[in-house]
Amino acid sequence: MNAPVNASPITTAPLLEATGLVRRFGGVTAVGGIDLSVFEGELVSVIGPNGAGKTTAFNLISGLDKPDAGAIRFAGANIAGRSPEGIAAAGIARTFQHGRVFANLSIADNVLIGAHGRLRAVRPDWPIIGPLAELALALVRPASVRAEEATLRDEVSEILSLFGDRLLPRIDQPAHSLSYANRRRVEIARALAARPRLLLLDEPTAGMNPTETAEMLEIIASLKARGQTILLIEHKLDMVMRLSDRVIVLDDGRKIAEGKPQAVRTDPAVIEAYLGHGNIGAAAPAGNAATAAPTLPVTA
Amino acid sequence: MTSWFDHTINGLIIGNIYGLLAVGLALIFGVSRLINFAHGSVYVVGAYVGWVAVSVLHTPFPVTLALVVILAALLGIAIERFGIRPLAGAPRIAPLLATIGLSFVLDQTVQILFSPDPRSVPMQLPNWRLEIGGGSIGMLDLLIGGIGITAAGALFAFLKLTKWGWAVRATALDRDAARVVGVDVDQVNRIVFAIAAALGGVGGVLVGMYYNVITPTMGFEATLKGIVAEVVGGVGNVPGAIVGSLLLGIIESYGVALLGTSYRNLFAFLLLIAILVLRPNGLFASRHQLPPEPMTGTFIAPSKPIGLPVPLLAALAAFAIALPLLIDNGYLIQTLTNAWLYALLGLSLTLVAGTSGQVSLGHAALLAIGGYTSALLAADYGFPVWLTIIAGGLMAAGLGTLLVSPAFRLRGHYVSIATLGIGEIVALVILNWESVTHGPIGVAGIPPLEFFGRPLYDTNAIYWVAFAIMLALALLQVRLLSSHLGRTMRAVRDDDVAARSFGISLNRYKGLAFAFGGFVAGISGAFTAHMYSFINHETFNTHISVLALTIAILGGMGNVGGAILGAVALIGLPEVFRIAAEYRILLYGIALLLLVRFRPQGLLGTV
Repeated sequence: MNAPVNASPITTAPLLEATGLVRRFGGVTAVGGIDLSVFEGELVSVIGPNGAGKTTAFNLISGLDKPDAGAIRFAGANIAGRSPEGIAAAGIARTFQHGRVFANLSIADNVLIGAHGRLRAVRPDWPIIGPLAELALALVRPASVRAEEATLRDEVSEILSLFGDRLLPRIDQPAHSLSYANRRRVEIARALAARPRLLLLDEPTAGMNPTETAEMLEIIASLKARGQTILLIEHKLDMVMRLSDRVIVLDDGRKIAEGKPQAVRTDPAVIEAYLGHGNIGAAAPAGNAATAAPTLPVTA
Repeated sequence: MTSWFDHTINGLIIGNIYGLLAVGLALIFGVSRLINFAHGSVYVVGAYVGWVAVSVLHTPFPVTLALVVILAALLGIAIERFGIRPLAGAPRIAPLLATIGLSFVLDQTVQILFSPDPRSVPMQLPNWRLEIGGGSIGMLDLLIGGIGITAAGALFAFLKLTKWGWAVRATALDRDAARVVGVDVDQVNRIVFAIAAALGGVGGVLVGMYYNVITPTMGFEATLKGIVAEVVGGVGNVPGAIVGSLLLGIIESYGVALLGTSYRNLFAFLLLIAILVLRPNGLFASRHQLPPEPMTGTFIAPSKPIGLPVPLLAALAAFAIALPLLIDNGYLIQTLTNAWLYALLGLSLTLVAGTSGQVSLGHAALLAIGGYTSALLAADYGFPVWLTIIAGGLMAAGLGTLLVSPAFRLRGHYVSIATLGIGEIVALVILNWESVTHGPIGVAGIPPLEFFGRPLYDTNAIYWVAFAIMLALALLQVRLLSSHLGRTMRAVRDDDVAARSFGISLNRYKGLAFAFGGFVAGISGAFTAHMYSFINHETFNTHISVLALTIAILGGMGNVGGAILGAVALIGLPEVFRIAAEYRILLYGIALLLLVRFRPQGLLGTV
């Protein structure tokens, strides 16, 4: 189940398929006609220099921004231009590049917000009177509501244990008291609590030191091993190379390469985008000197 | 058609005066990203400086104008230095609240110095009129128009041609970048506040001459009109503010011509809401403009709420219940009854503004809806009072949420402006809908409170019922906060973008906050109506909205116990010390200023 890349993409429809995505800001084309697809169980990385349009593409997929042109199909339905809450309900959860935890909420509450879309007992799906029923159920709290809340709280502990001792001992502390790295972990925990069909991770290791990065790599690898479909934006290339089934390289709002990590790594267009023209990048690390073709330097 | 000519001229003149205010507001917003609620107070001060100059010092008109310009500018500089600058690093809403506090202080100081009675500013110009067709233009009209055009021209020249004008524009574009390249941002702020205040002061003295009457309370309405004009033109857009002002003046003038004077403000506020809902960036914003810079509307200073032990709370409640038996002081008991009713209002606002982050400045309207519903059902239709009070709560919940729902899509300062406008609309509808609300005469002879069919007149009995209702609703709110709704509303407050990304519909949870809060406030308003036995459109005024906010901030935003403590402190203490009414509003203004500056997290901390 973990190798949809090898299955024929022609017969299996991708879980996420964006085609011809365009987003302009004034005169600047942040995303200029990108195609992108993710299959069930796959981990696809999006890399590219700063300003390449990676986060804009994420914002378009998660509904925070609306594309000027293009289609986004998720699990067979067109989600382009839907509201963020509608897209969340469809089964996509994301983290944010700079960390957007709810500062005054405890870690537990932050993660519980992630599970908001899964509340059933307390949020009956009734037309018109639904909100009032939700208010009444929240105040009265019948057994079904209490049971649901208890189950979710157990699940929160389970998710947090994924991060070892980083978060669990601080479960009741407000998020504003956490270190930057811990806030990023809370974001991931919150996204996991949504049990998304597709998880969008926007630079999960930004601001982390090498140890923390290595830890995060293990966590993402374990999520992948569980079959979680992931679309990852990441600057740390060795992490991308190790985790990805497929890599998409963006530059200046366009896709300049796509393929298996090793293939992308030696692609001349990619190297040029990263290292520029001429000899600026000539000083490749010694480890790569043996390879015939130039290769993207990989650093932690 | 003669009258239409006159109405147009009148509209343009009024628009000109609004323009003097709105340009200042736009300039200030440009450099400080702040909606200055003290701006109308500068206008009041300008008007009274003019009055002193003309009536006491007998200065000629140019000297009068010069005095107004200089003193208003100095006041503007003082406001910037002591009210705004210390809050540079505070949440965005803090300086806004500070300017509200300042406006209370300034208006009330003027009232104490000059008495609340209206005064007339003698016109210092020859009273001739120029006949044009069937209409006429007076000397004063021409003068106001001339001053407006001259001021606009001078401002344009200043902004485009002078070094400091460039600095102002650079600061408006990017404050940090301006600072980095060596612009003295504080000096820019000072200049802008001086210019804005001078223009506002001139507006005040001109309106005094135009209507031949000034009052200390006219500043608040002037602020509102200036804000409406600014929003119409696009917040922070100086030429837009001028066009918006003229448009507002003409719309009001035609509206008055069609329906009568009491509809003037209704047109202004309906225009405000329409613009906020349809074109929140103003009439002249280009369609593809990026959404306005997110302005976090929350007043959330991260803090650790102080948890009071349950036994202590129980002991305090028992003491409150036993109090009428322990002391024989009817006045104190009445005062505390009032405090419990304000505590309900504080609970309502602390849920809406504190827990959910929607800083409402029109919360008194919920009291009015509850109060009028209950009073009218009981007085005119004879329903039993216990039923009408519940109906009042439900009506405030339902109608209040419905009325404020257009503002759900707004963020930050815009929520405050919109709720302020909606609050004013409710008051104006009550004033004008005579067939239902009895209009300006109010509702008299409201049946007394009753307890299972028995009328309640006894001070102590009313106290106990009020306390019981307050306690019950407070406990219900605690339960709400401990449910998934509590964390969901707080998530909406902390980061609405992230909340939406996890499937939280903002409309639904803002709506639920207003519905629950509206019910609590509506019960308070209804109870108050039966206790007073008389209410009119001014019983629940904007001062009460601001007082409610001060209560919520004093206790700690979102903090249930804090709202009760805040109400006891702000309602009970001034009564106990027998502070006269006009000093009391001054005190509220000072309390708000000090809180925002020194303890934004309140006494018990933000939850």
